[in-house]
Amino acid sequence: METATKEQVIVIKDLVKAFGDKKILDGFNLTVEKGSNVVILGKSGSGKSVLIKCIIGLLQSDSGSIHVFKENISQMTEDELDQARSKIGFLFQSNALYDSMTIRENLEFPLIRHWVDISKEEVERLVNEALENVDLLHTLDMMPSELSGGMLKRVALARTMILRPEVILYDEPTTGLDPVTSREIENLILKLQKKNHTSSIIISHDMNCVKNTADLVVLLLEGKCYIKGTYEELKQSTDENIKQFFE
Amino acid sequence: MSLVIRFKNFLDETGNIARFTGRFFSVGIKPRYEHKEFFNQCYIIGYRSLPLVGLTAFIMGLVLTMQLRPSLVDYGVESQLPVMVGLAIVREIGPVITALIFAGKIGSSIGAELGSMKVTEQIDAMTVSGIKPFKYLVATRVLATTLMLPLLTILGDAISLFGAYLGVNIRSVTSFDLFFLQVFKSLDFSDVLPAITKTLFFGFAVGIVGCYKGFNSTKGTQGVGISANSAVVLSSVLIFIIDLLAVQITELLGLN
Repeated sequence: METATKEQVIVIKDLVKAFGDKKILDGFNLTVEKGSNVVILGKSGSGKSVLIKCIIGLLQSDSGSIHVFKENISQMTEDELDQARSKIGFLFQSNALYDSMTIRENLEFPLIRHWVDISKEEVERLVNEALENVDLLHTLDMMPSELSGGMLKRVALARTMILRPEVILYDEPTTGLDPVTSREIENLILKLQKKNHTSSIIISHDMNCVKNTADLVVLLLEGKCYIKGTYEELKQSTDENIKQFFE
Repeated sequence: MSLVIRFKNFLDETGNIARFTGRFFSVGIKPRYEHKEFFNQCYIIGYRSLPLVGLTAFIMGLVLTMQLRPSLVDYGVESQLPVMVGLAIVREIGPVITALIFAGKIGSSIGAELGSMKVTEQIDAMTVSGIKPFKYLVATRVLATTLMLPLLTILGDAISLFGAYLGVNIRSVTSFDLFFLQVFKSLDFSDVLPAITKTLFFGFAVGIVGCYKGFNSTKGTQGVGISANSAVVLSSVLIFIIDLLAVQITELLGLN
Protein backbone atom coordinates (compact mmCIF):
# COMPACT_ATOMS: atom_id res chain seq x y z
CA MET A 1 0.00 0.00 0.00
CA GLU A 2 1.38 3.44 -0.92
CA THR A 3 1.46 6.17 1.67
CA ALA A 4 0.81 9.74 0.49
CA THR A 5 3.92 11.86 1.07
CA LYS A 6 3.27 15.27 2.56
CA GLU A 7 4.23 18.45 0.72
CA GLN A 8 7.66 19.73 1.72
CA VAL A 9 7.41 23.43 2.64
CA ILE A 10 11.03 24.04 3.70
CA VAL A 11 14.03 22.12 2.40
CA ILE A 12 17.48 23.11 3.68
CA LYS A 13 20.55 21.46 2.12
CA ASP A 14 24.18 21.72 3.25
CA LEU A 15 23.69 25.16 4.78
CA VAL A 16 26.89 26.91 5.84
CA LYS A 17 27.09 30.21 7.67
CA ALA A 18 30.22 31.60 9.30
CA PHE A 19 31.01 34.81 11.15
CA GLY A 20 34.69 35.48 10.55
CA ASP A 21 36.55 32.23 11.14
CA LYS A 22 33.78 30.71 13.25
CA LYS A 23 31.44 28.37 11.41
CA ILE A 24 28.02 28.61 13.07
CA LEU A 25 26.20 26.37 10.60
CA ASP A 26 28.32 23.72 8.94
CA GLY A 27 26.38 21.65 6.42
CA PHE A 28 22.97 21.77 8.10
CA ASN A 29 20.14 19.78 6.49
CA LEU A 30 16.42 19.88 7.33
CA THR A 31 13.06 19.21 5.70
CA VAL A 32 9.81 20.59 7.10
CA GLU A 33 6.57 19.02 5.90
CA LYS A 34 3.28 20.85 5.55
CA GLY A 35 1.32 21.12 8.79
CA SER A 36 4.15 19.93 11.04
CA ASN A 37 5.86 21.63 13.97
CA VAL A 38 9.63 21.16 13.96
CA VAL A 39 11.46 22.22 17.10
CA ILE A 40 15.15 23.04 16.81
CA LEU A 41 16.88 22.25 20.06
CA GLY A 42 20.35 23.39 20.92
CA LYS A 43 22.53 25.16 23.45
CA SER A 44 22.78 28.95 23.57
CA GLY A 45 25.05 30.13 20.78
CA SER A 46 24.65 26.93 18.78
CA GLY A 47 23.25 28.84 15.78
CA LYS A 48 19.48 28.27 16.18
CA SER A 49 18.55 31.93 15.68
CA VAL A 50 21.10 32.26 12.85
CA LEU A 51 19.36 29.35 11.12
CA ILE A 52 15.89 30.91 11.11
CA LYS A 53 17.31 34.32 10.18
CA CYS A 54 18.87 32.61 7.14
CA ILE A 55 15.49 31.03 6.30
CA ILE A 56 13.71 34.42 6.32
CA GLY A 57 16.59 36.12 4.49
CA LEU A 58 17.71 38.41 7.31
CA LEU A 59 21.13 36.75 7.04
CA GLN A 60 22.76 35.59 3.85
CA SER A 61 24.11 32.04 3.98
CA ASP A 62 27.65 31.37 2.73
CA SER A 63 26.74 28.22 0.83
CA GLY A 64 24.02 25.60 0.59
CA SER A 65 20.39 26.15 -0.32
CA ILE A 66 17.13 27.02 1.43
CA HIS A 67 13.98 26.26 -0.53
CA VAL A 68 10.69 27.60 0.83
CA PHE A 69 7.73 26.42 -1.24
CA LYS A 70 10.25 25.23 -3.85
CA GLU A 71 11.77 28.69 -4.26
CA ASN A 72 15.43 29.16 -3.40
CA ILE A 73 15.56 31.91 -0.76
CA SER A 74 19.35 32.18 -0.88
CA GLN A 75 19.38 33.30 -4.53
CA MET A 76 16.54 35.84 -4.40
CA THR A 77 16.72 39.58 -4.99
CA GLU A 78 15.34 41.94 -2.30
CA ASP A 79 12.01 42.33 -4.15
CA GLU A 80 11.64 38.57 -4.62
CA LEU A 81 12.45 38.08 -0.94
CA ASP A 82 9.70 40.55 0.03
CA GLN A 83 7.23 38.48 -1.97
CA ALA A 84 8.42 35.22 -0.43
CA ARG A 85 8.28 36.71 3.07
CA SER A 86 4.53 37.28 2.71
CA LYS A 87 4.16 33.50 3.16
CA ILE A 88 6.51 33.35 6.15
CA GLY A 89 5.76 34.69 9.62
CA PHE A 90 8.46 35.41 12.18
CA LEU A 91 7.95 35.73 15.92
CA PHE A 92 10.93 37.50 17.45
CA GLN A 93 12.34 36.52 20.83
CA SER A 94 12.14 40.19 21.86
CA ASN A 95 8.63 40.53 20.28
CA ALA A 96 9.92 43.53 18.26
CA LEU A 97 6.66 45.47 18.52
CA TYR A 98 7.00 49.04 17.24
CA ASP A 99 7.10 50.95 20.51
CA SER A 100 6.08 54.29 18.99
CA MET A 101 2.80 52.81 17.72
CA THR A 102 -0.35 51.62 19.47
CA ILE A 103 -1.27 47.94 19.34
CA ARG A 104 -3.83 48.73 16.62
CA GLU A 105 -1.16 50.50 14.52
CA ASN A 106 1.30 47.64 15.10
CA LEU A 107 -1.19 45.23 13.56
CA GLU A 108 -2.38 47.57 10.81
CA PHE A 109 1.16 48.40 9.68
CA PRO A 110 2.05 45.13 7.88
CA LEU A 111 -1.51 44.84 6.54
CA ILE A 112 -1.65 48.19 4.77
CA ARG A 113 1.90 47.77 3.45
CA HIS A 114 1.28 44.32 1.98
CA TRP A 115 -2.27 44.66 0.74
CA VAL A 116 -2.29 48.20 -0.61
CA ASP A 117 -5.86 47.98 -1.94
CA ILE A 118 -7.36 46.76 1.32
CA SER A 119 -10.31 48.82 2.63
CA LYS A 120 -10.34 50.49 6.05
CA GLU A 121 -13.24 48.30 7.14
CA GLU A 122 -11.36 45.14 6.15
CA VAL A 123 -8.23 46.30 8.02
CA GLU A 124 -10.31 46.93 11.14
CA ARG A 125 -12.00 43.55 10.86
CA LEU A 126 -8.70 41.70 10.47
CA VAL A 127 -7.06 43.59 13.33
CA ASN A 128 -10.01 42.86 15.63
CA GLU A 129 -10.04 39.22 14.61
CA ALA A 130 -6.27 38.83 15.19
CA LEU A 131 -6.53 40.36 18.66
CA GLU A 132 -9.62 38.30 19.49
CA ASN A 133 -7.64 35.15 18.64
CA VAL A 134 -5.18 36.02 21.40
CA ASP A 135 -7.87 37.38 23.80
CA LEU A 136 -6.45 40.91 23.79
CA LEU A 137 -9.07 42.95 21.97
CA HIS A 138 -9.22 45.39 24.91
CA THR A 139 -5.58 46.42 24.31
CA LEU A 140 -6.35 47.87 20.86
CA ASP A 141 -5.52 51.48 21.72
CA MET A 142 -2.82 50.80 24.30
CA MET A 143 0.91 51.28 23.77
CA PRO A 144 3.27 48.26 23.96
CA SER A 145 4.89 49.78 27.06
CA GLU A 146 1.57 49.37 28.92
CA LEU A 147 1.46 45.59 28.45
CA SER A 148 3.05 42.72 30.40
CA GLY A 149 5.63 40.33 28.88
CA GLY A 150 3.03 37.62 28.22
CA MET A 151 0.60 40.10 26.64
CA LEU A 152 3.36 41.48 24.42
CA LYS A 153 4.17 37.97 23.24
CA ARG A 154 0.50 37.37 22.40
CA VAL A 155 0.24 40.66 20.50
CA ALA A 156 3.44 39.79 18.62
CA LEU A 157 1.88 36.43 17.77
CA ALA A 158 -1.26 38.18 16.52
CA ARG A 159 0.88 40.47 14.35
CA THR A 160 2.78 37.48 12.98
CA MET A 161 -0.49 35.75 12.09
CA ILE A 162 -2.28 38.74 10.58
CA LEU A 163 -0.78 38.28 7.10
CA ARG A 164 -1.95 34.65 7.12
CA PRO A 165 1.53 33.11 6.66
CA GLU A 166 1.80 29.48 5.65
CA VAL A 167 5.03 28.93 7.58
CA ILE A 168 5.87 30.46 10.94
CA LEU A 169 9.31 30.72 12.49
CA TYR A 170 9.28 31.14 16.27
CA ASP A 171 12.46 32.39 17.95
CA GLU A 172 12.32 31.14 21.55
CA PRO A 173 8.62 31.95 22.06
CA THR A 174 8.55 31.14 25.78
CA THR A 175 11.92 32.49 26.91
CA GLY A 176 11.62 34.90 29.82
CA LEU A 177 8.00 33.99 30.60
CA ASP A 178 6.67 32.33 33.74
CA PRO A 179 5.53 28.67 33.41
CA VAL A 180 1.81 29.56 33.32
CA THR A 181 2.22 32.20 30.61
CA SER A 182 4.58 29.87 28.72
CA ARG A 183 1.86 27.23 28.70
CA GLU A 184 -0.65 29.80 27.43
CA ILE A 185 1.68 30.77 24.58
CA GLU A 186 2.27 27.11 23.69
CA ASN A 187 -1.48 26.46 23.61
CA LEU A 188 -1.97 29.57 21.51
CA ILE A 189 0.66 28.41 19.02
CA LEU A 190 -1.09 25.04 18.70
CA LYS A 191 -4.56 26.63 18.50
CA LEU A 192 -3.56 29.05 15.75
CA GLN A 193 -1.66 26.35 13.89
CA LYS A 194 -4.75 24.14 13.90
CA LYS A 195 -6.98 27.03 12.82
CA ASN A 196 -4.72 28.32 10.01
CA HIS A 197 -3.09 24.99 9.00
CA THR A 198 0.40 26.43 9.23
CA SER A 199 3.79 24.72 9.41
CA SER A 200 6.31 25.91 12.01
CA ILE A 201 9.91 25.89 13.01
CA ILE A 202 10.24 26.60 16.71
CA ILE A 203 13.58 27.49 18.25
CA SER A 204 13.62 26.59 21.91
CA HIS A 205 15.56 25.18 24.80
CA ASP A 206 12.48 25.17 27.05
CA MET A 207 11.78 21.43 27.31
CA ASN A 208 8.12 21.94 28.27
CA CYS A 209 7.63 23.95 25.11
CA VAL A 210 9.43 21.25 23.11
CA LYS A 211 7.29 18.51 24.64
CA ASN A 212 4.01 20.33 24.06
CA THR A 213 4.55 21.67 20.57
CA ALA A 214 6.95 19.38 18.67
CA ASP A 215 5.98 16.87 15.99
CA LEU A 216 9.67 16.52 15.23
CA VAL A 217 12.66 17.54 17.34
CA VAL A 218 15.99 18.36 15.70
CA LEU A 219 19.15 18.74 17.77
CA LEU A 220 21.53 21.33 16.38
CA LEU A 221 25.07 20.58 17.44
CA GLU A 222 28.32 21.97 16.06
CA GLY A 223 26.44 23.51 13.15
CA LYS A 224 24.92 20.23 12.00
CA CYS A 225 21.69 18.33 12.46
CA TYR A 226 22.97 15.92 15.13
CA ILE A 227 19.79 13.86 15.42
CA LYS A 228 16.09 14.15 14.73
CA GLY A 229 13.09 12.29 16.06
CA THR A 230 9.99 12.68 18.19
CA TYR A 231 10.25 14.05 21.74
CA GLU A 232 9.79 10.56 23.20
CA GLU A 233 12.41 9.01 20.91
CA LEU A 234 15.01 11.58 21.90
CA LYS A 235 14.07 11.36 25.56
CA GLN A 236 14.90 7.65 25.58
CA SER A 237 18.31 8.19 24.00
CA THR A 238 21.39 7.26 25.98
CA ASP A 239 23.62 9.65 24.03
CA GLU A 240 25.14 12.17 26.45
CA ASN A 241 24.70 15.05 23.99
CA ILE A 242 20.95 14.38 23.89
CA LYS A 243 20.44 13.30 27.50
CA GLN A 244 21.66 16.59 28.91
CA PHE A 245 18.59 18.38 27.51
CA PHE A 246 16.16 16.00 29.22
CA GLU A 247 17.78 15.89 32.67
CA MET B 1 44.83 51.22 19.66
CA SER B 2 47.66 51.97 17.26
CA LEU B 3 47.55 54.94 14.91
CA VAL B 4 47.46 52.65 11.87
CA ILE B 5 44.39 50.79 13.15
CA ARG B 6 42.68 54.07 13.99
CA PHE B 7 43.36 55.38 10.51
CA LYS B 8 42.06 52.14 8.99
CA ASN B 9 38.89 52.38 11.12
CA PHE B 10 38.44 56.00 10.04
CA LEU B 11 38.70 54.98 6.37
CA ASP B 12 36.29 52.07 6.96
CA GLU B 13 33.76 54.38 8.60
CA THR B 14 34.11 56.99 5.84
CA GLY B 15 33.58 54.30 3.20
CA ASN B 16 30.54 52.92 5.00
CA ILE B 17 28.95 56.38 5.31
CA ALA B 18 29.64 57.01 1.61
CA ARG B 19 27.99 53.67 0.74
CA PHE B 20 25.03 54.48 3.01
CA THR B 21 24.67 57.86 1.26
CA GLY B 22 24.86 56.14 -2.13
CA ARG B 23 22.11 53.76 -1.00
CA PHE B 24 19.95 56.76 -0.13
CA PHE B 25 20.23 58.05 -3.71
CA SER B 26 19.83 54.63 -5.33
CA VAL B 27 17.06 53.19 -3.14
CA GLY B 28 15.67 55.89 -0.91
CA ILE B 29 14.37 58.30 -3.50
CA LYS B 30 12.70 55.76 -5.78
CA PRO B 31 8.96 54.99 -5.48
CA ARG B 32 7.09 53.79 -3.48
CA TYR B 33 7.14 57.04 -1.48
CA GLU B 34 6.30 57.08 2.20
CA HIS B 35 4.32 60.34 2.14
CA LYS B 36 2.61 59.92 5.49
CA GLU B 37 5.81 59.15 7.37
CA PHE B 38 7.64 61.96 5.54
CA PHE B 39 5.05 64.57 6.67
CA ASN B 40 5.08 63.06 10.16
CA GLN B 41 8.87 63.47 10.28
CA CYS B 42 8.62 67.04 8.91
CA TYR B 43 6.27 67.81 11.81
CA ILE B 44 8.54 66.17 14.41
CA ILE B 45 11.82 67.46 12.97
CA GLY B 46 10.66 70.89 11.85
CA TYR B 47 7.73 72.08 13.92
CA ARG B 48 8.85 70.54 17.21
CA SER B 49 12.35 72.01 16.85
CA LEU B 50 10.99 75.51 16.41
CA PRO B 51 10.79 76.52 20.12
CA LEU B 52 14.43 75.53 20.77
CA VAL B 53 15.71 77.08 17.55
CA GLY B 54 13.63 80.22 18.17
CA LEU B 55 14.84 80.66 21.75
CA THR B 56 18.52 80.17 20.91
CA ALA B 57 18.22 82.42 17.85
CA PHE B 58 16.60 85.18 19.92
CA ILE B 59 19.31 85.02 22.60
CA MET B 60 22.03 84.85 19.94
CA GLY B 61 20.76 88.04 18.22
CA LEU B 62 20.43 89.87 21.52
CA VAL B 63 23.86 88.84 22.85
CA LEU B 64 25.64 89.46 19.54
CA THR B 65 24.29 93.01 19.45
CA MET B 66 25.26 93.70 23.06
CA GLN B 67 28.79 92.31 22.46
CA LEU B 68 29.35 94.22 19.22
CA ARG B 69 28.15 97.62 20.45
CA PRO B 70 31.19 98.62 22.60
CA SER B 71 33.63 97.96 19.75
CA LEU B 72 31.53 99.92 17.26
CA VAL B 73 31.15 102.78 19.76
CA ASP B 74 34.96 102.88 20.13
CA TYR B 75 35.31 103.30 16.37
CA GLY B 76 32.43 105.79 16.23
CA VAL B 77 30.30 103.65 13.93
CA GLU B 78 27.52 102.68 16.32
CA SER B 79 24.98 103.53 13.62
CA GLN B 80 26.30 100.58 11.60
CA LEU B 81 25.24 98.11 14.32
CA PRO B 82 22.11 96.85 12.47
CA VAL B 83 24.16 96.33 9.29
CA MET B 84 26.93 94.40 11.07
CA VAL B 85 24.53 92.26 13.07
CA GLY B 86 22.30 91.60 10.06
CA LEU B 87 25.19 90.47 7.86
CA ALA B 88 26.71 88.30 10.58
CA ILE B 89 23.42 86.60 11.38
CA VAL B 90 22.19 86.00 7.84
CA ARG B 91 25.49 84.99 6.24
CA GLU B 92 27.15 82.87 8.91
CA ILE B 93 26.02 82.78 12.51
CA GLY B 94 22.35 82.05 11.86
CA PRO B 95 22.86 79.05 9.56
CA VAL B 96 25.74 77.53 11.53
CA ILE B 97 24.26 77.97 15.03
CA THR B 98 20.84 76.75 13.88
CA ALA B 99 22.49 73.72 12.24
CA LEU B 100 24.49 72.93 15.40
CA ILE B 101 21.37 73.19 17.60
CA PHE B 102 19.56 71.04 15.03
CA ALA B 103 22.37 68.45 15.07
CA GLY B 104 22.21 68.32 18.87
CA LYS B 105 18.46 67.87 19.00
CA ILE B 106 17.58 65.97 15.83
CA GLY B 107 20.84 64.10 15.11
CA SER B 108 20.86 62.57 18.58
CA SER B 109 17.16 61.79 18.51
CA ILE B 110 17.37 60.03 15.12
CA GLY B 111 20.51 58.14 16.22
CA ALA B 112 18.89 57.01 19.46
CA GLU B 113 15.50 56.17 17.91
CA LEU B 114 16.89 54.06 15.06
CA GLY B 115 19.56 52.59 17.33
CA SER B 116 16.91 51.49 19.80
CA MET B 117 14.79 50.05 16.95
CA LYS B 118 17.84 48.18 15.69
CA VAL B 119 18.78 46.56 19.01
CA THR B 120 15.17 45.61 19.81
CA GLU B 121 14.85 43.97 16.36
CA GLN B 122 12.11 46.39 15.24
CA ILE B 123 14.02 47.08 12.00
CA ASP B 124 14.27 43.34 11.35
CA ALA B 125 10.54 43.05 12.11
CA MET B 126 9.87 45.60 9.35
CA THR B 127 12.06 43.66 6.93
CA VAL B 128 10.32 40.35 7.56
CA SER B 129 6.93 42.06 7.17
CA GLY B 130 7.98 43.06 3.64
CA ILE B 131 8.41 46.73 4.58
CA LYS B 132 11.61 48.39 3.36
CA PRO B 133 13.07 49.99 6.50
CA PHE B 134 15.58 52.01 4.52
CA LYS B 135 12.79 53.75 2.65
CA TYR B 136 10.45 54.04 5.61
CA LEU B 137 12.94 55.09 8.27
CA VAL B 138 15.99 56.55 6.50
CA ALA B 139 14.71 58.21 3.32
CA THR B 140 11.86 60.00 5.12
CA ARG B 141 14.09 61.31 7.91
CA VAL B 142 16.92 62.43 5.61
CA LEU B 143 14.50 64.25 3.29
CA ALA B 144 12.77 65.86 6.27
CA THR B 145 16.04 67.10 7.83
CA THR B 146 17.22 68.39 4.42
CA LEU B 147 14.05 70.39 3.85
CA MET B 148 13.30 71.50 7.40
CA LEU B 149 16.70 72.96 8.32
CA PRO B 150 16.57 75.75 5.67
CA LEU B 151 13.06 76.68 6.87
CA LEU B 152 14.18 76.67 10.49
CA THR B 153 17.20 78.78 9.54
CA ILE B 154 15.00 81.39 7.82
CA LEU B 155 12.71 81.53 10.86
CA GLY B 156 15.73 81.51 13.20
CA ASP B 157 17.33 84.40 11.30
CA ALA B 158 14.10 86.42 11.56
CA ILE B 159 13.82 85.77 15.32
CA SER B 160 17.51 86.50 15.77
CA LEU B 161 17.16 89.85 13.98
CA PHE B 162 14.25 90.68 16.25
CA GLY B 163 16.49 89.86 19.23
CA ALA B 164 19.12 92.14 17.72
CA TYR B 165 16.53 94.92 17.34
CA LEU B 166 15.73 94.64 21.06
CA GLY B 167 19.49 94.59 21.80
CA VAL B 168 19.99 97.82 19.87
CA ASN B 169 17.15 99.45 21.83
CA ILE B 170 18.63 98.60 25.23
CA ARG B 171 21.14 101.46 25.03
CA SER B 172 19.65 103.66 22.30
CA VAL B 173 16.40 104.21 20.48
CA THR B 174 15.98 102.91 16.95
CA SER B 175 12.62 102.39 15.35
CA PHE B 176 11.58 98.94 14.14
CA ASP B 177 11.27 100.24 10.56
CA LEU B 178 14.66 101.94 10.55
CA PHE B 179 16.42 98.92 12.04
CA PHE B 180 15.05 96.50 9.47
CA LEU B 181 15.48 99.00 6.64
CA GLN B 182 19.18 99.22 7.49
CA VAL B 183 19.48 95.44 7.76
CA PHE B 184 17.78 94.68 4.45
CA LYS B 185 19.54 97.49 2.64
CA SER B 186 22.89 95.93 3.51
CA LEU B 187 21.85 92.44 2.38
CA ASP B 188 21.62 91.30 -1.19
CA PHE B 189 20.85 88.11 -3.06
CA SER B 190 24.45 86.83 -2.85
CA ASP B 191 24.30 87.03 0.95
CA VAL B 192 21.06 85.12 1.35
CA LEU B 193 21.21 82.45 -1.36
CA PRO B 194 24.55 80.75 -0.44
CA ALA B 195 23.66 80.93 3.26
CA ILE B 196 20.33 79.16 2.76
CA THR B 197 21.72 76.74 0.16
CA LYS B 198 24.40 75.47 2.53
CA THR B 199 21.76 74.69 5.16
CA LEU B 200 20.30 72.12 2.74
CA PHE B 201 23.64 70.31 2.93
CA PHE B 202 23.86 70.78 6.72
CA GLY B 203 20.40 69.21 7.05
CA PHE B 204 21.32 66.36 4.74
CA ALA B 205 24.50 65.67 6.76
CA VAL B 206 22.58 65.65 10.07
CA GLY B 207 19.97 63.25 8.64
CA ILE B 208 22.40 60.85 6.95
CA VAL B 209 24.78 60.69 9.93
CA GLY B 210 21.94 60.23 12.47
CA CYS B 211 20.35 57.48 10.38
CA TYR B 212 23.69 55.79 9.62
CA LYS B 213 24.70 55.70 13.27
CA GLY B 214 21.28 54.45 14.40
CA PHE B 215 20.91 51.93 11.59
CA ASN B 216 24.30 50.40 12.38
CA SER B 217 23.94 50.46 16.14
CA THR B 218 25.30 47.44 18.03
CA LYS B 219 26.13 46.40 21.61
CA GLY B 220 22.62 46.77 23.07
CA THR B 221 21.55 49.79 25.08
CA GLN B 222 25.14 50.99 25.45
CA GLY B 223 25.33 51.03 21.66
CA VAL B 224 22.22 53.23 21.46
CA GLY B 225 23.94 55.85 23.64
CA ILE B 226 27.09 55.63 21.53
CA SER B 227 25.03 56.02 18.33
CA ALA B 228 23.24 59.12 19.63
CA ASN B 229 26.45 60.69 20.88
CA SER B 230 28.55 59.96 17.81
CA ALA B 231 25.74 61.17 15.53
CA VAL B 232 25.91 64.61 17.19
CA VAL B 233 29.71 64.77 17.20
CA LEU B 234 30.14 63.66 13.59
CA SER B 235 27.33 65.80 12.17
CA SER B 236 28.67 68.88 14.06
CA VAL B 237 32.13 68.33 12.55
CA LEU B 238 30.58 67.84 9.12
CA ILE B 239 28.65 71.10 9.48
CA PHE B 240 31.94 73.00 9.90
CA ILE B 241 33.58 71.12 7.01
CA ILE B 242 30.61 71.85 4.72
CA ASP B 243 30.67 75.48 5.87
CA LEU B 244 34.35 75.73 4.96
CA LEU B 245 33.69 74.22 1.53
CA ALA B 246 30.68 76.49 1.03
CA VAL B 247 32.81 79.60 1.67
CA GLN B 248 35.39 78.41 -0.87
CA ILE B 249 32.75 77.62 -3.49
CA THR B 250 30.99 80.96 -2.89
CA GLU B 251 34.30 82.74 -3.42
CA LEU B 252 35.04 80.77 -6.57
CA LEU B 253 31.62 81.70 -7.94
CA GLY B 254 32.22 85.33 -7.06
CA LEU B 255 29.25 85.53 -4.73
CA ASN B 256 31.22 86.95 -1.78
